[in-house]
Amino acid sequence: MGLIRDLAIQGVQMLLVLALAPLLTGWVRKVKARLTRRRGPPLLQPYRDLWRLMRKEVVLAENASWLFRAAPYLIFAATWVAAALAPTFATGLMFSWSADLIAITALLGSARFFLALAGMDVGTSFGGIGSSREVMIASLAEPAMIMIVFSLALLAHSTQLSTIAAYTLSSNVGLRVTLAMALVAILMVAVAENGRIPIDNPSTHLELTMVHEAMILEYSGRHLAVLELANFLKLLLYVSLIACVFVPWGLAPVGSGALAALIGLGAYVGKLAVGGVLLGVFETSLAKMRVFRVPDYLGAALMLGLLGALLLFVSRGGLR
Amino acid sequence: MTGTLGIDGRSRSLGAWRAVSVDAAVWRTAVQTLAAGELQLIGLWAEPGVVRMALGDGVGEAAVLELACPDGCFPSVGAAHAPAIRLERALCELYGLTAEGAADVRPWLDHGRWAVSHPLGAAEPSERRTTYPFLPAEGESLHQIAVGPVHAGIIEPGHFRFTVNGETVVRLEARLGYVHRGLEGLMAGADLDRAARLAGRASGDSTVAYALAFARAAEAALGLEAPLRAAWLRALMAELERLANHLGDIGAICNDAAFALMLAHCAVLRENVLRTAHAVFGHRLMMDQVVPGGVASDLDGPGEQLVRELTATVRERLPALTELYDDTASLQDRTVGTGVVAPELARRFAAGGYVGRACGRAFDARRAFPYAPYDRLNFRVPTRAEGDVNARVWVRIDEVGESLSLIEQILHGLPDGPVRAEPPAGAGEGAALVEGFRGDVLAWVRLREGRVERCHLRDPSWFQWPLLEACIEGNIVADFPLCNKSFNCSYAGCDL
Repeated sequence: MGLIRDLAIQGVQMLLVLALAPLLTGWVRKVKARLTRRRGPPLLQPYRDLWRLMRKEVVLAENASWLFRAAPYLIFAATWVAAALAPTFATGLMFSWSADLIAITALLGSARFFLALAGMDVGTSFGGIGSSREVMIASLAEPAMIMIVFSLALLAHSTQLSTIAAYTLSSNVGLRVTLAMALVAILMVAVAENGRIPIDNPSTHLELTMVHEAMILEYSGRHLAVLELANFLKLLLYVSLIACVFVPWGLAPVGSGALAALIGLGAYVGKLAVGGVLLGVFETSLAKMRVFRVPDYLGAALMLGLLGALLLFVSRGGLR
Repeated sequence: MTGTLGIDGRSRSLGAWRAVSVDAAVWRTAVQTLAAGELQLIGLWAEPGVVRMALGDGVGEAAVLELACPDGCFPSVGAAHAPAIRLERALCELYGLTAEGAADVRPWLDHGRWAVSHPLGAAEPSERRTTYPFLPAEGESLHQIAVGPVHAGIIEPGHFRFTVNGETVVRLEARLGYVHRGLEGLMAGADLDRAARLAGRASGDSTVAYALAFARAAEAALGLEAPLRAAWLRALMAELERLANHLGDIGAICNDAAFALMLAHCAVLRENVLRTAHAVFGHRLMMDQVVPGGVASDLDGPGEQLVRELTATVRERLPALTELYDDTASLQDRTVGTGVVAPELARRFAAGGYVGRACGRAFDARRAFPYAPYDRLNFRVPTRAEGDVNARVWVRIDEVGESLSLIEQILHGLPDGPVRAEPPAGAGEGAALVEGFRGDVLAWVRLREGRVERCHLRDPSWFQWPLLEACIEGNIVADFPLCNKSFNCSYAGCDL
């Protein structure tokens, strides 16, 4: 009985992220539109877009290989699993033992690997440009992410998200410089990883400046829908991750009842909404940076992560 | 001063300028003078058996050289003076003339898809070429990126061929001509009304400038002078057009650096200008409002009030936007030092408008060849020295201020009287240079029995496109949209 219940809760979590991801993107778009004095598309527009793309025929380049057709599903699967692992409204779910920061980073890394390959598969110049830029960004963002994971793991003595969340909730956290540094660093990495301004512009029409959009330029129909959904999921994943590690309040603890789960759900939606507003404000107040500034930006994130980890070693009472 | 730049030959009047019939030797000398940088090219055009070249000293004197070439051959201008190359390529394939000694004989407007070649000359059936050799750039690890003519955004069609080394642009070559409508062919034989409408459609965002250039050229040909009030109203429309386009551009340049906030605010201001134009003159872009002999609609009391309110609104909101532009470090990081045009190139190409002014070339047709009412108005020609995207934005911002001041002066001094004089069905030849928002628009027209026999309109972008290609070299590919938007050259205006 307990097994079925756990499975059901885990299933709810998986469907929840899938259902909420387009809404979060729609919300960020709405916020950005309001900030630039526009009415903006309806909140539910991303769902409509997905539905529309699903029904459209797929136009494939003549020289597209099997990889080009398989990549969207691989990318979607990896991203969905990663997003479903991160605690959203409750900790200690059935698969929580695998909700490991390193596992999530690895899943996203493989998704990116396939996307970069798919971008180059058809051999158009834009796909190549996009892939080369994406890999350049990734080669800097991933080390920064790993450094952040190290800092958190050193603090909480685990890379498991449930444990880290429990640690942040516990009374012995206090004010930790390392946590603050990790927060800033993960925010910077999240912006880069999701291709938001100032790294990439998700709403641009300028082929020559694109990164993510350039890689998926040749995709259409259901392939594009699946890739878009994977992208929505990735944004949701990062917001969930940051919420779970740094503001875990409201998360339903292990084995709690329906009421706690409901509170957890409410808190989660609230966190997503706040995250969306913050992202919208951040993006509106900045111009996109030159491609060759990205290393400086991500270098700063890497250094913050590194400093945070070092600080733990040198500070008094850092490692017990 | 004879008004012929000291060039020998039989001369006749074109209104403000004179046309000089020259022989091949004088033509060659003039080309050498151009190449030496003593004179600047204003235009180069043809009709069957005749080539014309407008030259200016860049300050206040200009002349049109006319070379008869009954055998269809004329000494190439582009061979010695690069700014003429594309004009020469265009006129050669439109009229079937041959430029002797030309370095670049590739087609320009004709993409091999016309039913006839040399449509305004002999008009033989076309052999339909399809390949177009781009200029080569060779070296290890270079690759090409082909962009356009269909773009992801809603812009005019044009093809850009980049040769890049990683992210760095080694060479850019543009290929235009996708919106060729056969304007000169349509003009030939059209009556004045239709010709004025056609001229106003050469480049939609500069419709007032084009209509004004055509109207002034036609008036010069007919020896007609537009009523004073009409001249002032024309200037009002021209400044409103400049205001709308500059405001739109300032926002759009920032948007190409993904800073949508500026676009949002600037677009509102631009929309205010367009709505005021619609309320006052009956058309958002003021299309077909400037006609030979005057203007099509008069400004009434309520209209004047609307324009006053508009200038007040823009004056009130602009400082905050300028500050936002100047204080956003991430935006400045993109625009400062990007796409630098060398002052020497701008001078050599006689680049007009903000492109020239951003690198110190203070040419303004309103100042160099003053026409009513600018000879009686106070305005500054803002210049910058840096020649980068930032300088082009700042020239625009400064020009918005100048246009606002001009509009206020016009409203203050607007004389009473009729706004239109009926043009007689006469004959003659005239030329006019008018300052549009992009730069100087040249119109030359020859009328016979009240109809246009030949007409040529030269867009300022002819001399700006090559500079865009030059300024992107050494920059990164991702900065091209920003540079391109800061030039905002016209495609339609050049494609004719």
